[in-house]
Amino acid sequence: MRKTLETELLVIGGGAAGLCAAAEAAGAGVKTTVIESDLHPGGQLVKQTHKFFGSKDEYAGTRGYKISDILLDEIKGLGDKVEIKTNTTVTAYYPEEGIYTAMKGEDEYYRIKAKKTIVATGAQERLIPFPNNDLPGVYGAGAVQTLMNVYGVVPGKKVVMVGAGNIGLIVSYQLTQAGVEVAAVVEAMPRVGGYWVHAAKIRRLGIPILLQHTITEALGDQTITGAVIQPLNDKFERVGEPQKIDCDVICMAVGLTPTTELFWQAGCKMLFVPQLCGHVPFRDNTMRTSNPDIWVAGDASGIEEASAAMVEGRIAGFSAAKALGKNMEQTKFDEYWKRLEHLRAGEVGEKIRGGICQVLSAGWEA
Amino acid sequence: MSCGCDKTKLFNSGVLVDRMPGAILPPQAEWEAKKNGYVVIECPQRIPCNPCATSCPTGAVVPFTDINDVPTIDYSKCTGCALCVAKCPGLACFVIDLTYSADKAVIKLPYELVPVPAKGDTVKCLDRTGNVVSEGEVSMVSEPLKDQTIVVSVVIPKDKVHEIRAIKAVG
Repeated sequence: MRKTLETELLVIGGGAAGLCAAAEAAGAGVKTTVIESDLHPGGQLVKQTHKFFGSKDEYAGTRGYKISDILLDEIKGLGDKVEIKTNTTVTAYYPEEGIYTAMKGEDEYYRIKAKKTIVATGAQERLIPFPNNDLPGVYGAGAVQTLMNVYGVVPGKKVVMVGAGNIGLIVSYQLTQAGVEVAAVVEAMPRVGGYWVHAAKIRRLGIPILLQHTITEALGDQTITGAVIQPLNDKFERVGEPQKIDCDVICMAVGLTPTTELFWQAGCKMLFVPQLCGHVPFRDNTMRTSNPDIWVAGDASGIEEASAAMVEGRIAGFSAAKALGKNMEQTKFDEYWKRLEHLRAGEVGEKIRGGICQVLSAGWEA
Repeated sequence: MSCGCDKTKLFNSGVLVDRMPGAILPPQAEWEAKKNGYVVIECPQRIPCNPCATSCPTGAVVPFTDINDVPTIDYSKCTGCALCVAKCPGLACFVIDLTYSADKAVIKLPYELVPVPAKGDTVKCLDRTGNVVSEGEVSMVSEPLKDQTIVVSVVIPKDKVHEIRAIKAVG
């Protein structure tokens, strides 16, 4: 017999946004099911050993993995209102029947029918092409974090980090904490893309940040033995002498792109927005997509900080609960938006604001 | 010699090269007389972050009107308690006490590496690019927030207080 799981609210993705969405909706009394592909909930939060930025409301000054514990405690306190299914991947959405298919492990398949859905599928890492980038030893920064911070395994002895955004800077710091040498951070732009203080804290530990440099080649036969880097000019053309750096790991931290397959399958109206790092669904201010039963939250709506993902999760959870007939306090919604606006108010939020205004709908046709 | 553009590039890679809003020094005369020191914050970029202000028990890190503000200090309220040193997620807060002796000062800095130095240990003192500029003696080690950020007090040469911003403990 084909099993169909029925739930009021389906939250796809148990990371920062998904957990907040589930906590918010279930807190209002909605029967919620969270589907998480990893072995444990928490998403990227569980890998973050550094203290978060933002304000008290988004747990600033608290380490990421502790925030995951706080959110899971909140959910635990809601009793049987939330069920979290780990090691389970939502594989497809069939809009004609309103059915999701899910796979637990590699052999148990079942169907899910939900009245409303919040898609909080997060993001995927980008790579850049260069010769030998398929050699063992070329890692995405997310993989390095998983190895080190979840499983306690160092990826190697000496790392060349590619990319000086927040992820490249933070992972360089975490590698140093784990006793791994970071030979250099290579960044194509003329300034670090991440927070200046993150750069300062690795610079003072002696890690060079080579601005206007790129990786041109990975060296090695079976595994990585080095990286070739080269200076770039203002037009990103390679100029000057290539330089060889000995290393056994090349860590790629060159950006993320939203994970959006389910929105496409659901027929959500999409747009490529460079500022949000890829295709993203249009949404109204409740985070509802053009599909009236589907909301979006977190990096799936555009690449941003975890602090914003958590607030977006609250907004989506609030709105889905309201759509399910729960009595919701509007002041709470306004408060969440105020927090989001504060987080995005400054210069670093400028890019995000410029992206979101392209996909923010004033409302959907009834 | 370093031209303006080198300085810019250095700053753009995370090295403070000039005093600027969010990264200013206390008034010198008061600082020299202030027991327990004053906070020195190096956070010159407007980012959405305010724990230094919200964790300050006396309001010395002036409460922000916008979460993107860079920190400003009311030195008349700073007790040198170093709670911000422990709380700042960017490890950008330090306390520097110039009253230790005629030629020595104490810097309280955040530390999240192993090995954790012990009181009495000699450590290497690093500048903003990781160069060893002196040795220092650890005078106190604490974990104010019990959250694995250690605050280490190090006795350093007074003429190096504008350079030293990190330590390297020898295991």
